[in-house]
Amino acid sequence: MAQTPSMRRAPQEAFTGATARPRDLAIEVMDLTVAYRDKPVLWDVDMNVPSSALMAIVGPNGAGKTTLIKAILGLVDISAGRVLIAGRPYEQQRRRVAYVPQRGSVDWDFPTTVLDVVMMGRYGALGWIKRPGARERQAAAEALEKVAMSDYAHRQISQLSGGQQQRVFLARSLVQDADVYLMDEPFQGVDATTERAIVTLLQELRDSGATVVCVHHDLQTVTEYFDSVTLLNVRRIASGPTSDVFTEENLRATYGGRMAWLKTASKTEPAQD
Amino acid sequence: MFELFTDYTLRTVAMGAGVLGIVSGVLGSFTVLRHQSLLGDAISHAALPGIVLAFLVTGSNAPLPLIVGAGVAGWVGTLLVRAIVRNTRIKNDGALGLVLSVFFGVGLMLLTYSQSRPDASQAGLDKFLFGQAAALLRNDVITIAALGGVAIVVVALFWKEFKLLSFDPEFGSVLGFRMGAIDVLLTTLVVVAIVIGLQTVGVVLMSAMVVAPGAAARQWTDRLGVMVCLSALFGALAGVTGALLSSTGAKLPTGPMVVLSASAIVILSLLFAPNRGLVWDKWRSRRTMISAGPQERAGRP
Repeated sequence: MAQTPSMRRAPQEAFTGATARPRDLAIEVMDLTVAYRDKPVLWDVDMNVPSSALMAIVGPNGAGKTTLIKAILGLVDISAGRVLIAGRPYEQQRRRVAYVPQRGSVDWDFPTTVLDVVMMGRYGALGWIKRPGARERQAAAEALEKVAMSDYAHRQISQLSGGQQQRVFLARSLVQDADVYLMDEPFQGVDATTERAIVTLLQELRDSGATVVCVHHDLQTVTEYFDSVTLLNVRRIASGPTSDVFTEENLRATYGGRMAWLKTASKTEPAQD
Repeated sequence: MFELFTDYTLRTVAMGAGVLGIVSGVLGSFTVLRHQSLLGDAISHAALPGIVLAFLVTGSNAPLPLIVGAGVAGWVGTLLVRAIVRNTRIKNDGALGLVLSVFFGVGLMLLTYSQSRPDASQAGLDKFLFGQAAALLRNDVITIAALGGVAIVVVALFWKEFKLLSFDPEFGSVLGFRMGAIDVLLTTLVVVAIVIGLQTVGVVLMSAMVVAPGAAARQWTDRLGVMVCLSALFGALAGVTGALLSSTGAKLPTGPMVVLSASAIVILSLLFAPNRGLVWDKWRSRRTMISAGPQERAGRP
């Protein structure tokens, strides 16, 4: 799996200019429209994610956040628009994109072990028919170590708590060894300690040159965790560095009338470091 | 029981039923895990018009043409279910019900028509309704074993892909696998598993062979590999027991006998399997209540 240097070591300041060349962008979403039957879920969305960004996708329920992730991954049919990963269509870049679905999207009563689930992240590199072996086992064990789940490697997955399930999915995406990580609510249902550990992990991923995009729900932690943010409510309201984009005005535009509680949220949130 | 080793007919019957039990047990595990238990019901009922049409076209009741007819009809049925779900607002269970009843209705109509024809009187097509293991010939068993063997080899080859499909198909598609194709392949194998059992167990109750062994096996283990093997074993046990009961005694149809055997296995598993069994569960929760007080009842997450 060859990695383009420009992907791994792209400058953080890709934001700053109109000079940013396309290949400094990890993800480009152009004029994306997705509709279920006649109801638009995403309408004419543009989003550029620079390389080595840690971006949150934020918006109210039904804003199309999950659909946006799935559209980038080709999991839903798109009505119009284009998605590029590192300047090329997703179909040519599959191996460079890892995915953490919502925890609730699978049946955790499936008869398999933690290690086995994590190894699934290597199936793509293995290709058809070939069985996972010692190398895949090793990669999975290392990923479990990174998410502090080594002790659970041989547990049946139905015995895990919500936070542990989340970490297993995270480990599964880590073994994909990708440049771009798309995560759907990686903090959903995890306790404070696990949340901190996951954030640290995501920041390490970013610092090593990967690009991480998370659907995120907790507005209070956006500025602390993420360096960039996309505000979404069917249309894209705003997208860019958190400091520029995560403003009360934009939030109001995103969440509409339901803003009373937001005010207090943004006030208790002075600029972190 | 001793006759099993001496009586040629009995041995043929037992072998045929055993092999079809193994195949439907293996593939049934996946349908159970994918929450598609009704799929087997739809496929087996949908196969009936195919069987009768194959007979009307070829004019013979040799096993292979009838199995091919059943397979094609069952397969078309599943494609129709997919098409209905994709293109209308009808959900999966509704689509399965629709296809099942319409195909089965057409099948019964064709069956009645074919039996009104003079040359069809001894074709014995009606045995496909409830199954007749005693009618199994050596030729039939060879056909069952050959088709079933191919199905099991394919499962072994695509083990990883089928596991992915059953656990997290969207993730599989992100990994670059064509999950639609894997789904069609697995469903095709389920069709094969069902059609090879139709002559023995019958279209009405064949779906039990796809659901019961897998559901029972799930109770005993938390490993997919063990579950599939156990399910094959349970399937074979139910098939042989049912077939023997029906072919020795008062010429009872095999389908109900097989289903009763399979049901016994399921009930025993539901009650007594360690960890997941009801008896075990009760005992454990009572013990927890005694040791920890009623408010700390240990439950599964």
